[in-house]
Amino acid sequence: MLIDIQQANANAIAAIQASQPVLKGIGTALEVVPGMKKNLILHAGPPITWERMSGPLRGAVMGALIYEGLANTPEEAEKLAATDKIEYSPWHEHDGVGPMAGVGTASMPVWILEEQKGGRKTFCTLNEGLGKVLRYGAYSEEVITRLKWMETVLAPVLKAAIPLAPEINLKNMIAQALQMGDEVHNRNKAATSLLIRELAPAIVKTSFPETDKARVLEFMHSNDHFFLNLSMPAAKMMLQAAEWIEGSTIVTTMCRNGTDFGIRIAGLKERWFTGQAQIVKGLLFPGFSEEDCNPDIGDSAITETCGLGGFSMAAAPAIVKFVGGTVNDAMNFTRKMYEITDGESQAFQIPNMEFRGSPLGINLLKVCEKNVLPQINTGIAHKKAGVGQVGAGLVNPPLKCFEDALEAYVEKYCKDE
Amino acid sequence: MLKDFFGKKVKVINLGIASFAEDLRKQGVETVHTDWRPPAGGNKKIQALLDKVASWQSKVKSAKGAR
Repeated sequence: MLIDIQQANANAIAAIQASQPVLKGIGTALEVVPGMKKNLILHAGPPITWERMSGPLRGAVMGALIYEGLANTPEEAEKLAATDKIEYSPWHEHDGVGPMAGVGTASMPVWILEEQKGGRKTFCTLNEGLGKVLRYGAYSEEVITRLKWMETVLAPVLKAAIPLAPEINLKNMIAQALQMGDEVHNRNKAATSLLIRELAPAIVKTSFPETDKARVLEFMHSNDHFFLNLSMPAAKMMLQAAEWIEGSTIVTTMCRNGTDFGIRIAGLKERWFTGQAQIVKGLLFPGFSEEDCNPDIGDSAITETCGLGGFSMAAAPAIVKFVGGTVNDAMNFTRKMYEITDGESQAFQIPNMEFRGSPLGINLLKVCEKNVLPQINTGIAHKKAGVGQVGAGLVNPPLKCFEDALEAYVEKYCKDE
Repeated sequence: MLKDFFGKKVKVINLGIASFAEDLRKQGVETVHTDWRPPAGGNKKIQALLDKVASWQSKVKSAKGAR
């Protein structure tokens, strides 16, 4: 095969740079997510069975079954979840992403993003806020009540507002947020504010009761992470542009399900390479210790895969107060990531590095050769189902998934060398 | 003394472990540290796989150049 890897990777990065994800609207998962079914539960990370699921993912599945009316109690839900009546699939195989446990089911409202010039769509549920929430594995009554309010009030109001607002180009919004101290993984304060600024006038123009409109605005305002569920599908859409370019060694997916960390490579169509999800080192909420922490979980590492999150920490020095480390560490993480990437983002620029483009296009070969792992910052879930978030911190993928991917790459392209 | 060992002023380029460079600097030795690590972290299996990719790419570039 006469494939020039350098050229294939340049093509992959050019495709990522050209992608322009815009906010199209809100839909119900069953109606808009490809392959969605009433008995299907979408989750974060690579494929996994109920038997191997970690506590927070199990908790989120149980909560989702109660939310869908398929079970009345956590005990009933746990029993049902283990049967073949319920099917599981990764969000990534349905053009979507899910933060932390990332559980998505038929009735849940989802953001719909579309390529500006038309065509591809990506999806993500709406962010519930911090603390006791489904995505951290909590399933108590307050969690289900909030999800129902999101389905019956938040989503309809936003769905009506989006067509009344100017087109929201999420790539541009993320680029602006980086100039304002976000990295749009664990710091979304600026991006959430920018989103509210665009949507608020349109929300006011809708015909919903004033109390509903006020509550929607208060909900968005009270949650600094509201934008995360847009930065993630935006990153997913940009990276999908590089799938599946023959011969390219660019990483298009990094994600975790709380048990396994999984990656996919542009030139190795749809194949998963997995290793053990690692323990996150970081800052824990009062009353919790490292023993309480579940291993790394969530699709949010799609931001790092796209040059954001841990790769853009130099743009977000304040984040160290949330995930740990020093401002100097944040600068060094970004500098280090240039060693394993092939490009620099044209859109995402880091002000305190003279507006250098963020490190973009993780090259599998460079990760293996330099033995430098991608830097991820992330939330930490309690390892037991039903508890929720216990902190936030820093983590790396296991080297094994990159080594396995390299082996598969050689097997496919150059085993006779 | 290290200086006397070579009979003249020593300048050092340190590869790898940074603390070696720090120790020399503390002794007044002019030292440049290079952040070098063995390819593939010294993993021979990975290095062999990377060599296959490099060999293939070398042939690809030659073939394209000959066109």
